[in-house]
Amino acid sequence: MTDLIWLLIALPAVGAAVLVFLGRRLGEPGAGWLATVTVAASFAFAVVSGVGFVGGTVHPATVELFSWIPALGVDATLLWDPLAVTMTLVVTGVGALIHLYAIGYMHGDPRFGRFFAYLNLFIASMLTLVLAGNFAVMFVGWELVGLSSYLLISFWFERPSAAAAGKKAFIVNRIGDWGFLVALMVIFAAFGTLDFGTVFGSAPEVLSVGTATVITLLLLVGATGKSAQLPLYVWLPDAMEGPTPVSALIHAATMVTAGVYMIARTGALFELAPVSQAIVATVGVLTALFAATIAISQRDIKRVLAYSTISQIGYMIFGVGMAAYTAGMFHLVTHAFFKALLFLGAGSVIHALGGEQDMRKMGGLRTVMPVTFWTMVIAWLAISGVFPLAGFWSKDEILGAAFAKGGLYTGLWAIGLFTAFLTAFYMTRWLAMTFLGEPRWSDDVHPHESPWVMTGPLVILAFASTFAGALNTPWRLALERFLEPSFELVTQSLPPESIGVVAALAGLSLVLVVLGIVVAWRRYTTAELPAEAGRFWYVTLHGYWVDDLYGRVFVLPGKALSAWFAAVLDGTVIDGIVNGLGRTVRGFGAAMSTLQSGWVRSYAAVFGGGVLVLLVWTLVHGGVI
Amino acid sequence: MAEFVVFAVFALAALAGAFVMLVARNPVYSAIGLLTTMFSIAVFYVLLDAHFIAAIQVIIYTGAVMTLFMFVIMMIGVDRDEDTSERLPYQRPIGIILAIGFAGVIVVAGSGAWVTGSASFAVPDLNGTIETIADELFGTWTVPFLGTVFLLTIAAVGTIALARYGPTGPRPVDDGEEPT
Amino acid sequence: MTLTAGWFMGLAAVLFALGGAGVLLRRNALVMFMSIELMLNAVNLTFVAASKALGQVEGQVATLFVIVVAAAEVTVGLAIIVAIFHRRASADVDEFAELRG
Repeated sequence: MTDLIWLLIALPAVGAAVLVFLGRRLGEPGAGWLATVTVAASFAFAVVSGVGFVGGTVHPATVELFSWIPALGVDATLLWDPLAVTMTLVVTGVGALIHLYAIGYMHGDPRFGRFFAYLNLFIASMLTLVLAGNFAVMFVGWELVGLSSYLLISFWFERPSAAAAGKKAFIVNRIGDWGFLVALMVIFAAFGTLDFGTVFGSAPEVLSVGTATVITLLLLVGATGKSAQLPLYVWLPDAMEGPTPVSALIHAATMVTAGVYMIARTGALFELAPVSQAIVATVGVLTALFAATIAISQRDIKRVLAYSTISQIGYMIFGVGMAAYTAGMFHLVTHAFFKALLFLGAGSVIHALGGEQDMRKMGGLRTVMPVTFWTMVIAWLAISGVFPLAGFWSKDEILGAAFAKGGLYTGLWAIGLFTAFLTAFYMTRWLAMTFLGEPRWSDDVHPHESPWVMTGPLVILAFASTFAGALNTPWRLALERFLEPSFELVTQSLPPESIGVVAALAGLSLVLVVLGIVVAWRRYTTAELPAEAGRFWYVTLHGYWVDDLYGRVFVLPGKALSAWFAAVLDGTVIDGIVNGLGRTVRGFGAAMSTLQSGWVRSYAAVFGGGVLVLLVWTLVHGGVI
Repeated sequence: MAEFVVFAVFALAALAGAFVMLVARNPVYSAIGLLTTMFSIAVFYVLLDAHFIAAIQVIIYTGAVMTLFMFVIMMIGVDRDEDTSERLPYQRPIGIILAIGFAGVIVVAGSGAWVTGSASFAVPDLNGTIETIADELFGTWTVPFLGTVFLLTIAAVGTIALARYGPTGPRPVDDGEEPT
Repeated sequence: MTLTAGWFMGLAAVLFALGGAGVLLRRNALVMFMSIELMLNAVNLTFVAASKALGQVEGQVATLFVIVVAAAEVTVGLAIIVAIFHRRASADVDEFAELRG
């Protein structure tokens, strides 16, 4: 069974290939169903071949597919272990639901088939990333994810803003990819191989603390790019320009989780560099706080969720940074469920309102869209961290682990706790502005509940968001035991042993969460929306002007440099060389063309003269004359 | 001696014919000059005991090829005097020099071996020329001989194609598309 | 005077040169073509003369092949001349100088 796991990647990849060529012919909804079925089949196959890890009947295995770059000793290998299983199940499971939802959401789009080809490619890329058995294959998946996200974000490329957002995502990701690639080079230089097993197994003997720190910090650069952390988070809010299923896919199941997964996978290297671990955790928690403050004042229904994603990924990075890998992965799984749910719900709302994304023009949708509303209530409680929904368990496990670690991490814990309060606040504001209060949409809009292909995934994800917390509770550490074989080489940070301390911490965060909910509830369920004036709202609404800052510091000088190159270097030097060559050739041709008289008899005379010369030469050479 | 007299007479005829072909203003005279030369060459073949080749020469060249030339001359109507003045610069002196050069070089080069008569000209008799040629042609040279079959077929097809398409190129096929 | 191969060779050389001169000096495509035939005939004569001199029949076989090829060439060549004449109403090769550079 394990030998066949390449099928997991092959199924959606074949789906993508078929859809690229036949998507238009299959049409709507055939293309969507084909794409959904391939991903669902991948999911089913992953369940069947991964279920053995629960009982311990299957052991982690490396599958060698073919020899890839023999000169470097790099083969195409896949690694099938509990960590990969977890990621695969999340990617394919949530991915399949998003595919299903997209059949409804993309109804009537002229490039329907093409969209599903890209979605399938995205899933295949992400699976390549998570199933990779060495850094080279992982890098292939890493780059393919970047490519597919670019294709999908700028899917509606007729809109200049969508095209620009796609470019921005791609370019910002390149910066992260640079870090990842350099990290791979350093790893290869140090170990002479890129194989996961060899690298992680021999890391303690081979690496000095300095080298380990360099490698892990470069890996962190890669992770900040893909997982949208400070300072490379700027592409994610703009990625909202893509169709909503794409946002859901990028934010929940794929792409942004890549960085978290990568740090968890390379835990054995971070283990050797405590400084890097502290930096990773700090970056994560600061991102969480930073993004949460921006999310508070956003008015676009999807931008709130975008910043919320950045914030939640910050939690995960915080978790894996302080070596609480199980907690980080746990939050990744639960977040995949409720964030996919939130995005699909937002998509449902946008769909119902005919493309309206401004929350100030929503409100009062709870009666019009009951299924969407109730599933969104579950998602809201789950992400806010209300007992006993999924977000509560996973977030508090991360915070608990930080508290137990002490020292610097106690400070980070406090920031994380405050972020939980902010999360509850902005999510309540989001829910209230969208579904509660009085309707504020204009008269010519007629909202309606979405079709079953869209609400079906919502309901399934709502169930998952409610009960996923049971995967890993302080009393029943199922996920931790399941992931055990993947983290044998590392020492994990765990929440406090004593149930009493855990309960106290959970109670404290629960109080803050409820406080956040209550404050926001009182403020936003009024008939009139409160005026969000003042310096704080103004600054955070514009995201602290980070985009403008980057634009001024990096983009403008870059443009000026490009302009200089174009005008001076290209215009004068390169063009001069090229044109000079052209002029020379043309002059030579003009000179030679006078020989080309067009008179056949002249040619014959030249030909005859040549023959005579050769004849004479032959005779002289042969000694006849 | 009698052979030499025959050779001399027909050599003069051949040269005269070639010269007429070269200078005649009317293509018909050119053709008649060439006809004379070719007939003379057939006589030389007889002198050289190549009776079969002589027959072929008369049948194909003087019979078929020159008739075809005549036919074409009449058909396209160029059987009239034409302007033979030269317009290409230096073409005439160059042509004359080249012609003399060729003849001179060949004669000079061959004089050592041919004209002295040292070669055993009359040694073996090529007994029964047609049989020996047939032996060679259908023995050693079968494959090239069959190759000529293809060559002639291709020539025939090419000729028909050229005649078929006429002056304005192939007739356009109406494929129902609007002209662009 | 005895008749040796050399006489035939010399005559062939002169005929060949006259044919070459015809190609170079005449403007009428038909006459140029006749000149080419003359050159081929001159070469044939050398083949047969050499065949006689060496007592080998291969020279005559080669002549046969040349005649066959020449026949094929004449049919196609004349067809081309006719086609060109239909288009241009002229057999003057100097007028066909569209490929002037």
